Amino acid sequence: MIRSHVLICSGENCTSSGSEKLISAMESEIVKKGLADEVKVIKAGCFDLCSSGPNMIIYPEGAFYSNVTVADISEIVEEHLIKGRVVKRLLHHDFTQEKTVSSLNEVPFYQKQLRIALRNCGVINPEDIDEYIAFDGYRALGKVLTEMKPEEVIDVVLRSGLRGRGGAGFPTGRKWQLARGNAADQKYVCCNADEGDPGAFMDRSVLEGDPHSVLEAMAIAGYAIGATQGYIYVRAEYPIAIKRLRIAIDQARDYNLLGKDIFGTGFEFDIELRLGSGAFVCGEETALMTSIEGHRGEPHPRPPFPAVKGLFGKPTILNNVETYANIAQIILKGPEWFSSIGTEKSKGTKVFALGGKINHTGLVEIPMGTTLREIIDDIGGGIPGGKKFKAAQTGGPSGGCIPPEHLDIKIDYDNLISIGSMMGSGGLIVMDEDNCMVDIARFFLDFTVDESCGKCVPCRIGTRRLLEILDKIISGNGEMKDLDRLDELCRYIKENSLCGLGQTAPNPVLSTLHYFRDEYLAHVVDKRCPAGVCKSLITYEIDPVKCTGCTLCARNCPTNAITGTVKNPHVIDKSKCIKCGVCQQKCRFSAVIKK
Amino acid sequence: MQKAQTTIPFKGTKEQEEKLKAVITQLRDEKGALMPILQHAQDIYGYLPMEVQEVISEEMDIPLEEVYGVVSFYTQFTLNPKGQYNIAVCLGTACYVKGSKEIFDAISDKLGIGPGGCTADGKFSFEACRCIGACGLAPVMMINDEVYGRLVKDDVGKILDRY
Ligand SMILES: Cc1cc2nc3c(=O)[nH]c(=O)nc-3n(C[C@H](O)[C@H](O)[C@H](O)COP(=O)(O)O)c2cc1C
Ligand code: SF4
Ligand code: SF4
Ligand code: FES
Repeated sequence: MIRSHVLICSGENCTSSGSEKLISAMESEIVKKGLADEVKVIKAGCFDLCSSGPNMIIYPEGAFYSNVTVADISEIVEEHLIKGRVVKRLLHHDFTQEKTVSSLNEVPFYQKQLRIALRNCGVINPEDIDEYIAFDGYRALGKVLTEMKPEEVIDVVLRSGLRGRGGAGFPTGRKWQLARGNAADQKYVCCNADEGDPGAFMDRSVLEGDPHSVLEAMAIAGYAIGATQGYIYVRAEYPIAIKRLRIAIDQARDYNLLGKDIFGTGFEFDIELRLGSGAFVCGEETALMTSIEGHRGEPHPRPPFPAVKGLFGKPTILNNVETYANIAQIILKGPEWFSSIGTEKSKGTKVFALGGKINHTGLVEIPMGTTLREIIDDIGGGIPGGKKFKAAQTGGPSGGCIPPEHLDIKIDYDNLISIGSMMGSGGLIVMDEDNCMVDIARFFLDFTVDESCGKCVPCRIGTRRLLEILDKIISGNGEMKDLDRLDELCRYIKENSLCGLGQTAPNPVLSTLHYFRDEYLAHVVDKRCPAGVCKSLITYEIDPVKCTGCTLCARNCPTNAITGTVKNPHVIDKSKCIKCGVCQQKCRFSAVIKK
Repeated sequence: MQKAQTTIPFKGTKEQEEKLKAVITQLRDEKGALMPILQHAQDIYGYLPMEVQEVISEEMDIPLEEVYGVVSFYTQFTLNPKGQYNIAVCLGTACYVKGSKEIFDAISDKLGIGPGGCTADGKFSFEACRCIGACGLAPVMMINDEVYGRLVKDDVGKILDRY
């Protein structure tokens, strides 16, 4: 009989920090000690505490070990698995509280969270359908097929208040209802796993940690709208997710949970994978469908909406991975349960990929209505190095930067829009005083210029002009009238672009211009970058009082811009300096200052 | 995005061509088969030179302009052969705010090539990529399938020297 389960994270982050080796070391140690019949090693999905990986949890105790190395394995086996004593030395050490915590639920990172979409991630082995089934998997599909009419399924999803997690927040039940209403010989159910936000990985984690939850929900959607074929459009850059999806689809077919006559009800549904090849615009629904059809993924005007004429010209629904991950739970626990969580117009939870200047990076799933401050301070453990919070960015290239004065806003779709950002798919990047907001705006514009498909002029040419103006400001040549031109151009692009990419591309500029105007002014008027990021606007100087004349900086300067003799203060020749910052890094007396 | 055509002569083998034709035969009748076929072709050859696109165009009976139009649209498809080691530095948001641009510049300086380029000896090619989903380790780069995280500018030289 199995008495202990050892869960080792095999998500991308922990795999990169060596969890594969841990898994094989743990397995061989267990065999060596004759525990193979009692202890089972499970490759789990991401535990979402990537910065302390590789991570490991041992049940039934729920002991959470972090930064585990191969050298620790024999101690864990000997002490924990044989003698039943938790290895205190390796327990996850939380830096917001000076104590060592032992189980998953006690880590403050998890306390304020509520896991619905991520419920199985890090708990089950994603490559084993039996484990998914043991955690109520495919029970919702069974219930739907044997006890509910399609209209009832749609009604439940409608009443739950679930809105799309891919960005725009369209009510999911409404989308299904529209597609059901259109009669056709074939309809399609698509899943958007293109995850284009360049700083986010929520969907990837669901696919890697709980692929069956998406397959099950797609089959439910197929039944609800009357479709027999599904497509998952997944980024080619996610090899682990693709592999696990393939395994999951094969296993589900073996169990006849996909295919013909599912649950003996005559219902037929199958799913195919299609790989996206790295074009952000393909996350847009019409472009995604054009791409599955095998063409350049350019958007086309709506109407016709996909619910009427979508993939291969047939009625189609497209939902995001996380949207699907909520469906089975809604069916099993009921719409009232789901709609009791969250705010008035945004129900349930949202997963965010918390990253940037924050102590705990990783995935967090919070009830709608949680404040940004709770996420950053309580869950994320604050900003490293005692630095000051400057802004939080949500919504990726379509979203905006949220300043400190809005930290207490309750997160939901409508509140984020009202402060000039948006929910987006769930990227949440924290920035501190060392980040320049003009530079960040430029970063996102650079992205959209690159990713604009070029089909319509406001987006193709407009974003390029925006980027040029930002470059002008960053290089120290900005004028006051540039700020007005930015504003004007942003509004023009928003109103006249064909698809969501162009319509939202100006948001990073507009929000920074609104909340951080003083930083723009510093660049334009004082020719200064307060955060010290924009190279053309900074200078390096040596403080003659602090300089001991050790010559270290002069020896390291790549352009020989520093002169001075031993034990006498050194000087930087600004005409030779290329602002590489090496002197500042090398100086042991903090004598080099960046202005 | 503009894609540079390669100047390196095509060195495809008979074997590769047979593999490609087998893939085409297998997938031809699927709906929207062009993308999956191009993805397989890139796996077989490592890149998609005009010679390969011509074979696909002929076998699939799709005009070459259309094949090329699809290839040039998606960033994953490359018209240039990659180096023995392909370096991809993440310029996703989480990595960017943690200074991945500096890592990017350091590598570009060290190898003397810009993004999309390949060193003259064919050893290293170099590109920027968007989030590879390891933001917890930001800033991050990949050399072939190996992920390097929590990079600082000074590490870069040492890591490259190992190859
Ligand atoms: C430029 C652009 C990129 C998008 N990228 C994504 C994406 O990566 N993932 C996603 O789920 N939705 C993305 N969307 C939103 C989709 O178009 C669509 O609204 C969504 O997938 C619908 O699913 P939902 O209702 O479940 O959110 C994007 C939209 C635009 C305009
Ligand atoms: S708004 Fe931009 S991405 Fe969208 S169709 Fe127009 S050019 Fe293409
Ligand atoms: S910043 Fe670089 S170039 Fe300028 S003085 Fe210092 S070491 Fe020399
Ligand atoms: S932003 Fe670099 S890995 Fe996510």
